[in-house]
Amino acid sequence: MIELIIGKYNYWIYIALMMIGFYAMIAKENLIKKIIGMNIFQTAVILFYISMSKVRGGTAPIEWEHAVRYENPLPHVLMLTAIVVSVSTTAVALALVIRIYKAFGSIEEDKILEMKGDRTGKPPESVL
Amino acid sequence: MEIIHSARPLYAMAVSAVAVVLIGFSYERPNLREFWTILAAVVKFAIVMSMVPAVLDGKTIEYSLVTILPGLEIGFKVDPMGILFAATASFLWILTSFYSIGYMRTLKEHAQTRYFMCFAATMTATIGAAFAANMFTLFLFYEAITLCTFPLVGHKETPEARAGARKYIVYLLGTSLAFQLFAIFLTYNAAGTLEFSSQGILAGTASKTMLTVIFVLFIAGIAKAGIMPFHNWLPAAMVAPTPVSALLHAVAVVKTGVFSILRVLFFVFGTDLLVDLDIGTAAAYFVSFTIIMASFVALTKDNLKARLAYSTVSQLSYIVLGALLLTPSSAVGGIVHIANHAFSKITLFFCAGHIYAAAHKTNISQLGGIARRMPWTMAAFFIASLSMIGVPPVAGFVSKWYLAVGSVEALNYPVLVVLLASTMLNAAYFLPITYKAFFEREKEDEYHHGEEVREIPIMAIPLVLTAVGSVIIGLYPDYFIALAREVIR
Amino acid sequence: MISAENLPILVIIIPLISAIITPLVGRIHRSIGWLVALLATSLSFAYSLALIRSVMENGPISYWLGGWEPPWGIEYVVTPFNGFVLCVVSFITIVITLYARKSIEQDVSESKIPFFYSLYLLFFTGLMGIVITGDIFNLYVFIEISALSGYALVAMGRERDALIASYNYLILGTIGASFIVLGIGYLYMVTGTLNMADLSARLPELYDSTTVRSAFAFFMVGLSLKLALFPFHIWLPNVYTHSPSTVSALMAATSTKVSAYVLLRLMFTVYRPEFVLTVVPVTKILLILAALAIIIGSVIALAQTNIKRMLAYSSVGQIGYIILGASIANQTSMTGSLMHIFNHALMKGSLFMVVGAMVYRTGIVNIEDMRGMGKKMPFAMAAFTIGALSMIGFPFTVGFVSKWYLAVGALKADMWYFIPIILLSSLLTAVYFWRIVEAIYFREKSEKLAGLPSEPAEAPFGMTATTLFLSLLCIVFGIAAFIPTKVAAAAAKLLLGG
Repeated sequence: MIELIIGKYNYWIYIALMMIGFYAMIAKENLIKKIIGMNIFQTAVILFYISMSKVRGGTAPIEWEHAVRYENPLPHVLMLTAIVVSVSTTAVALALVIRIYKAFGSIEEDKILEMKGDRTGKPPESVL
Repeated sequence: MEIIHSARPLYAMAVSAVAVVLIGFSYERPNLREFWTILAAVVKFAIVMSMVPAVLDGKTIEYSLVTILPGLEIGFKVDPMGILFAATASFLWILTSFYSIGYMRTLKEHAQTRYFMCFAATMTATIGAAFAANMFTLFLFYEAITLCTFPLVGHKETPEARAGARKYIVYLLGTSLAFQLFAIFLTYNAAGTLEFSSQGILAGTASKTMLTVIFVLFIAGIAKAGIMPFHNWLPAAMVAPTPVSALLHAVAVVKTGVFSILRVLFFVFGTDLLVDLDIGTAAAYFVSFTIIMASFVALTKDNLKARLAYSTVSQLSYIVLGALLLTPSSAVGGIVHIANHAFSKITLFFCAGHIYAAAHKTNISQLGGIARRMPWTMAAFFIASLSMIGVPPVAGFVSKWYLAVGSVEALNYPVLVVLLASTMLNAAYFLPITYKAFFEREKEDEYHHGEEVREIPIMAIPLVLTAVGSVIIGLYPDYFIALAREVIR
Repeated sequence: MISAENLPILVIIIPLISAIITPLVGRIHRSIGWLVALLATSLSFAYSLALIRSVMENGPISYWLGGWEPPWGIEYVVTPFNGFVLCVVSFITIVITLYARKSIEQDVSESKIPFFYSLYLLFFTGLMGIVITGDIFNLYVFIEISALSGYALVAMGRERDALIASYNYLILGTIGASFIVLGIGYLYMVTGTLNMADLSARLPELYDSTTVRSAFAFFMVGLSLKLALFPFHIWLPNVYTHSPSTVSALMAATSTKVSAYVLLRLMFTVYRPEFVLTVVPVTKILLILAALAIIIGSVIALAQTNIKRMLAYSSVGQIGYIILGASIANQTSMTGSLMHIFNHALMKGSLFMVVGAMVYRTGIVNIEDMRGMGKKMPFAMAAFTIGALSMIGFPFTVGFVSKWYLAVGALKADMWYFIPIILLSSLLTAVYFWRIVEAIYFREKSEKLAGLPSEPAEAPFGMTATTLFLSLLCIVFGIAAFIPTKVAAAAAKLLLGG
């Protein structure tokens, strides 16, 4: 049991991070906090992939001379793509939050939901 | 049996479809528009009649239009039952067209172009249903009729008309989507085909329980036949202008209903299978209930059209009853009654509409002495009600005779009692109207008819013709009976 | 250069490059952006057609990206199954592009129009990529490409509520995509490959592995979110309601369909039918969810007052049909399911386009205000009526064809109890569409409509013509159903491993 926890600690961390991120995305009222949760979630995914590619005592597969064991390079490459995706998603999300703030004057979900559907409502002066 | 491949049934159908377009384009010229209606009606009748000799010779005309999917084919087959229905409907469309023109113009109704377009479209679908070669095609046109008639029922666009039209669509579309389509799915799954066959297609394909389920679903799904408890749309649809009630709810719509039931009974199940299943008698009693109940309700109605509507409900069940008794005579009676009832009921509706257009009377209690102003109309009404009751020599007698003989053949005396009782009831709700019109004095109160009330020729002539038609069929029924015998042979 | 071997990549690369060009040439004149979009989608469609013809004649096509041999390189595969979806998606997109020009001029501010088309093309690229790729990680990348551009497209809606809809879509979409990428990771962990065909060959011996099963669970949840399968549908109504009309039409017609495609592809070609049917009987769960989606989607649609929202909930129900057919998983029902991908794209696309035309001309989105609309916009409302009949499943329309296949398929699988569900939903659909049809033709004009000039006023020609065109196709393919059915049946056979 102990071995399962200690021996694969990176996977446990990945699960914990994923749950933290997931919780924040679902439960947080603040839109920015949701985005932070999203980033944690995505980082967890990256950690998972990288853990998977780890070979004990392995090295990067660029050094041909001395090393005997290489780490699997493919997950690393995949995660480069995933990082790009994650950054773009964050960018879009942040841009949306800025516009939401301009339109509603708040980034608290419960306050926005109160205003939702109220088409005549103008955003507060201070924001504009 | 010889089979002729010919596109003639398609032409018969398509004539009025073309007319729909032409009518739509000539909306600015009423006379031209009405000309298209009449022309289409006459041409359609001519095409239908041109197929009669071949059918009487025992041939069938087949035409396959398009195969949508394997097993789902739009195909036409002209057989005796189809031609009987098609000939009746297309002939009566000619008369109704003249009558409609008179009615719509006298009352200066709105949206006349839409009215005539929908009318022609309905006739297209009706002929399509009459010549349908398989259950899918029949279902298709059955639904098309519902759709095309919806604007006609709701024609007045008043809240009342809307409510009636809504009830109409809810009952007809609802039952057909929920039950009939279900039955079609089950039939296809069991038999692997939907093609009509004179032996039936379901025999030996599924368990008895399953077949009974399919049977019940079909009967419940064909609400157009007006079998209780799904009959309520018919009185509701009486908000429509009277020519619509006349053609559609005495001929096209309701007859498509009973026609579909006959198709299902004879060509999907087949007589042998029905005998085997032993559900005919139970269903016959069920239908008998409709006959009696509807007659009682009709007695209570003062509105003329409502009384006619309930009379229709009861008369339609005669046809179904004839089929369910499963004897040759009763089947002939049922099939012939399609035409007989059509002629007589359309006369009655024409009279009701004519009275409304000329004298603005809708209730029976207002009709005292009206025969003096409208003698032809009330005479025709009298003849047609004799037919409804089943007095010789008018058409209704022929079918009732065959039905009665059939019930004796089937040794089903309760049904005979039902027939006799309903005859009494028919007399009880029709004869007082004639009595009132001919023998009562005109009231001097607000129901006074006024001097200006007189018959309108373009409306009076068609109704006299249909009344004469009823008598002629009553005197010379051989033609129709020959066709009907071909069906069950 | 444009030889037959290169077709698979051209289908993707042309819209991708055009997406980059559009904002640049859009500076010259704003209508050039639209022209580029139209050209790109048309070329993609033409190539898709060429592909499917070749596939139907000569069998599946495999394209190696950069010449790297799979399973090391990325592979694009065209089979009857995805060739069919490629054609559907690109075809619908062309029609919507034609429609978009006028509609977008009103919905989106002028300076943003070139960017709109850029995103539009990116979205399209993503969808086509999802469909054509044979590499599972590449699939994820394309999912994100289409999703990211989708979020931005939704946010371009006129009302500020569109921003909230877009934001929620982004959050849920990202959760869904992350689950998918986790599933991919688990699969890679045990098989060491990302190529779908290779996976399919290696997986059967690993069906007992917990890793493979958890991967499957991740895929299911992730895709259900993307697909808006009940109960993961909460993002969909808001997105369809608040995005610009063109985007609603595009998304309703293509994006959920493509997600359904991915689900089928994973369930039946990466995993094998025996896995989803017997090893982990996930189809049983999906059947229940699909049935619930069909009923609940219809019931909620009944209660809506906003027409776009009603159509959105109706989509939730229709997605249920697609999943239902796939989960019954016999030849007939699978054909029905695939047909419904195509058919629903046609009818929902045309219905959303009608609403767009109506909004363009009158600004009305409430069902209550649609009274008397038949006199104001006769052509658009005729298209609406056809679409409505098709949704009800009236014979002669495409809706009937797919329902027929689904019902017969259910009966063949001895699951007769789905027939009442299908029929009940037809009835509910009839109720919520027919009350509108009745209102637009038989009611007095609403106050809002009476305030506008009374003479008939259709939306601009481009919008009306394309809307009518799509709705007429609902009838054409309802009669000539054998054409798409042939392809769908071949695809279904392929999926079921026949």
